Amino acid sequence: MTNSLTKDANGSPAPAGDAVIEARDVHYSIGGRKIFDGLDVTARRGRITAFMGPSGTGKTTLLRLITGQANPESGSVKAWGQEVSLLSGKELFALRRRMGMLFQNGALLTDEDVYENVAFPLRAHTKLPESLVRQLVLTKLHAVGLRGAARLMPAELSGGMARRVALARAIVMDPELLIYDEPFVGLDPISMGVICRLIKQLNDALGITSIVVSHDVHELSAIADDSFLLSGGKVVAQGTPAELHKSDLAEVRQFMSGLADGPVAFHYPAPDYAQDLLEGQS
Amino acid sequence: MSANAESLAVGWVRKVGGMTLFFLQVCSRIVPSFTRPGLIVRQIYNAGARSLVIVMLSGLFVGMVLGLLGFDTLQRFGSEDSLGVLAALGMLKVLGPVLTALLFAGRAGTSLTSEIGLMKSTDQLTAMQMMAVDPLRHVIAPRFLGGIIAMPLLAATFSVIGLFGAQLIGVQQMGVDVGAFWSQTQNAVDLRDVYEGIVKSLVFGVACSLIAVYEGYNSEPTPEGVGLATTRTVVTSSVMVLLLNYLLTAAFLTK
Repeated sequence: MTNSLTKDANGSPAPAGDAVIEARDVHYSIGGRKIFDGLDVTARRGRITAFMGPSGTGKTTLLRLITGQANPESGSVKAWGQEVSLLSGKELFALRRRMGMLFQNGALLTDEDVYENVAFPLRAHTKLPESLVRQLVLTKLHAVGLRGAARLMPAELSGGMARRVALARAIVMDPELLIYDEPFVGLDPISMGVICRLIKQLNDALGITSIVVSHDVHELSAIADDSFLLSGGKVVAQGTPAELHKSDLAEVRQFMSGLADGPVAFHYPAPDYAQDLLEGQS
Repeated sequence: MSANAESLAVGWVRKVGGMTLFFLQVCSRIVPSFTRPGLIVRQIYNAGARSLVIVMLSGLFVGMVLGLLGFDTLQRFGSEDSLGVLAALGMLKVLGPVLTALLFAGRAGTSLTSEIGLMKSTDQLTAMQMMAVDPLRHVIAPRFLGGIIAMPLLAATFSVIGLFGAQLIGVQQMGVDVGAFWSQTQNAVDLRDVYEGIVKSLVFGVACSLIAVYEGYNSEPTPEGVGLATTRTVVTSSVMVLLLNYLLTAAFLTK
């Protein structure tokens, strides 16, 4: 199954120039291990695109390719029509100013408080007066519900709060594309729901494009417009979350239903169990 | 040459090359980093002011030992009045810059390496790059510069306190004439000796700061990797300081 992504949730064809991120026939290896073997994905303007897959399938690596932190061995990764791997350092920085990224662990600057963390991109890229910086920072912190935590240090925040501060920092420069790397990892159900709602609200309210990398099927199904399921270095299924849930492909069913048995083996390759146990006794 | 020795040599050459390139990259960011002087001032405080107590205490004790041993040796030749000269020249030319650099490597150097290593392992440096902020300019250059500025100031403090320690023992305890102590010191020490100490501490400041930020920036982003990088900072800095001290001393003597 590979439902064509040239159709959106309603089945209507998307305009050709609508792609914000486009990866075509991407090949990439790390230490001789093939991560991508002809990967094709697209993220379209104004939509929430989810990249899902079991651990180790290269979801975070895909983000590294999209943001220019790594280059593919072959194939093409384009952002707003620009080939990312061909950009100079200056052009890459200009491209990244159009993006905001939320890291797995928040990646807050540990020697700055919440306010300064959110103000950091503004201070680095603009010469705005302090009064305006303050207004912008407080507005973004208010949007994530943490205006009252402005003077706390990162060490004083819970995991969910740190993620929300990082989100406020990611949107403070009003990016066109927001990238979320495993935004739900290690969060309690309440924080998870909060982050989930924020992703949806920010995408709709700011009219931006969102890419979410995660393996939390339930949360992603609630907010994603388009989904890609990665496995074995390729896209094994794509479409709306509802379409993925209906799929009868074994790999998709195993992942979407969280089954231990399936194409993705539970056991790491090992010699025969009984033989292995008996060897220890001899 | 065995394969092991060959790979060691290749690894060493690669590391020296990597460090040289890193040094040039950092140097090219020094002027731009002055656009935010607050960052540099904070690093001078971190590397300098926070090392002040340990440097002053060490200087005092080294000076006191120098006073004791110097007096014991000089009195055998009846020239204990020259204790001030011995202490001043020893402190200014060798002990001040070298011991301060070793203390700097152990206190500020390890702190720099572990701080940068932890920033790397918690994705803070990557996050900066994703915000289109150059971590070499924002994180590394201010720390490098802060170390270079702090080192001569710390070495001067060490030498002054050390001289005071030698005077404390020589004059107050051993009975060396206070007038002879200071006047002989004033006559024997000229500006060239002070200049030698300043040059040495500046060179040691560059070496120790560079090694500290390089090891932190290139550490493996794991707890073990950061620990190993911190150890490498102390070992490499200490050896480099002693080697450079020999080379600089020889250079100043042949001048």
